[in-house]
Amino acid sequence: MTSSKLYNAIFAAGISLILASLMIGIKLDTDGSTLAVRGATATQWMWIGGGIAVVFFSQLFSAQVDALFGAIPKPNIKAMLPQDQKMTTLKPWLIAALIVVMLIWPFMVSRGSVDLATLTLIYIMLGLGLNIVVGLAGLLDLGFVAFYAVGAYTYALLSQYFGMSFWACLPISAAMAAAFGFLLGFPVLRLRGDYLAIVTLGFGEIIRILLNNWTSITGGPNGISGIAKPGLFGLEFNRRAKEEGAVTFHEYFNMDYDSSYKVIFLYLIAVILVIGVIYLINRLMRMPIGRAWEALREDEIACRSLGLNRTAIKLSAFTLGASTAGFAGCFFAARQGFISPESFVFIESAIILAIVVLGGMGSQMGIIFAAIIMTILPEIAREFSEYRMLLFGLLMVIMMRWRPEGLVPMKRPNLELKQP
Amino acid sequence: MSEFSLYLLQQLINGLTIGSTYALIAIGYTMVYGIIGMINFAHGEIYMIGSYVTFIVIAGLMGMGIASLPIILIVALVVAIFISSTYGWTVERVAYRPLRGTNRLIPLISAIGMSIFLQNFVVLSQGSRDVALPPQITGGWNFGDPSLYEVSLSYMQVMIFAVTFISMTLLTLFISRSRMGRACRACSEDLGMTNLLGIDTNKIIALTFIVGAALAAIAGLLLGLYYGVVNPFVGFIAGLKAFTAAVLGGIGSIPGAMLGGLILGVTEAMTAAFFPSEYKDVVSFGLLVTILLFRPSGLLGKPEVEKV
Repeated sequence: MTSSKLYNAIFAAGISLILASLMIGIKLDTDGSTLAVRGATATQWMWIGGGIAVVFFSQLFSAQVDALFGAIPKPNIKAMLPQDQKMTTLKPWLIAALIVVMLIWPFMVSRGSVDLATLTLIYIMLGLGLNIVVGLAGLLDLGFVAFYAVGAYTYALLSQYFGMSFWACLPISAAMAAAFGFLLGFPVLRLRGDYLAIVTLGFGEIIRILLNNWTSITGGPNGISGIAKPGLFGLEFNRRAKEEGAVTFHEYFNMDYDSSYKVIFLYLIAVILVIGVIYLINRLMRMPIGRAWEALREDEIACRSLGLNRTAIKLSAFTLGASTAGFAGCFFAARQGFISPESFVFIESAIILAIVVLGGMGSQMGIIFAAIIMTILPEIAREFSEYRMLLFGLLMVIMMRWRPEGLVPMKRPNLELKQP
Repeated sequence: MSEFSLYLLQQLINGLTIGSTYALIAIGYTMVYGIIGMINFAHGEIYMIGSYVTFIVIAGLMGMGIASLPIILIVALVVAIFISSTYGWTVERVAYRPLRGTNRLIPLISAIGMSIFLQNFVVLSQGSRDVALPPQITGGWNFGDPSLYEVSLSYMQVMIFAVTFISMTLLTLFISRSRMGRACRACSEDLGMTNLLGIDTNKIIALTFIVGAALAAIAGLLLGLYYGVVNPFVGFIAGLKAFTAAVLGGIGSIPGAMLGGLILGVTEAMTAAFFPSEYKDVVSFGLLVTILLFRPSGLLGKPEVEKV
């Protein structure tokens, strides 16, 4: 242990003391009409002291701590999966089994978990959509939630003003979101990456402000409630049919009414939508357009010199990503039955981005994995709910330091020549 | 002067007030971007922390019975600059330095994480409600025709102009005259080459963060006193505005950030003069998109040449 280590440790502890003492140690308080300050309680000071001690010792023994962290094995997902050879024969069976499980599972568990699964599926859909834009095409979109909002509001408004059904609105929502993506992308995609990030962030805010203030149509901050749930070929899932003469689901099949049918039905729609989106993106990735996205991400100049139309390719990725968000938004509106601008704040964009990054940019498996983690974890850690966002921010920083390529990095099918 | 032009003059004064604080925050973005090419997303939170520290110091000193306003303000300024700079430095050290040299998305995501962390840190430690401070600097000059429209220029606004002007002048002198400032400029020219010439670039980058945070703290003090309220969420939108200002003026260019801030502030005030004030954000982002379309490198920025 050298003296420079001790110096470092004292320095770090001093910095922590400065950081903590004013923001945690002293609290602003309104005392009547004037502003007053009061010190932290003894327990809080103890926590501060403990934190500083942790910083001091971890700096003092930084080599040992690093060794300890290095000893934690990084999850090697590749090794857990069967070998490639076996994988190709096993894969269709595995997928079929997974789909069967996903279809049967909701009938055996509680209503709450099915609902949570539906929410997870929405986030998977959003993650997959953003993955096209960020992971495959390498365009940083910080306002992805705007397209989600466009999809949700399209369905909500069409359903409220024209009484259109979910199934009719689903493609319209996607088309609307795609149209917004196209309109935004057309001028912006010629710009450099960082500008794109900030312009999309601004666009997300603009959409939210418009929804908030265009009270005559969108209901402003009160949102839109009573959005119709989807039905099965015109059969409703309510206890009684809304219109005279219409038949509900349980009447048609001669079953007792059960409110969980509605939840399970929504879940099944979500499963089908997600499978459809995964299939579509998988095919697209293998098509020339998908290859072009990735090529453009890797080297823009090389692509242009090979005659690829940069704007068209970026625009296609941007528009497709937006339409996926539109799907998800339409479904979200149907599931909630109520939407307001509150659901479409920047933090949602950040969560979706975190899903894509956490999962491993470009990797669909990883994104599904990450979406499950990001929606299930907050539910488990209910008692820490006030620390949720704090830990979320910290997790993003730690992930970037520890495993920037994501949990399940994207793998391209490739052949390696083995040196003899 | 007619009533209308007096009204416009009033909006111009208000716009320049807000704009000069945007410019102060924007400098932090532009300096960091100019040197390491990353968007320091957590910069808005540093500004917010500066505002909180100002409030804490003012409330604390007044609680101790010190009544002299200049002393209170100077102490608040010094403490706010010191604490914010420490935060700025720590953020760089913890969240950005280990990620240098990776794919450029990675530091940005880490910065977003840091921004969320800091915001919620303040929510947990100081509460999420608005904290209000009674106006400290009151009064001002009124001019114009009282029967038509009276334009007011408050002492607070004058102070904002003066403090901003002094800070900008000091910064310009520091960047153009001092040894460290020269090293800063060298870093933004070519980081690798500067390193080869024996300048500790890590130190210069840390310095950039400290200077940026100090300016953000000054803005935090000024805007905190001007509005009289602060909450943990003010940093996000102010950061966004300041970044817009930095891009508007040409990111990487310090005079550009000053100009961009002023233009943005005036545009917002003028929008608020004719439309409902909720739409001022819409107009300022619209302005950003328009400028980027016709002049992608910003007003004073150098066009970036792509090299193979």
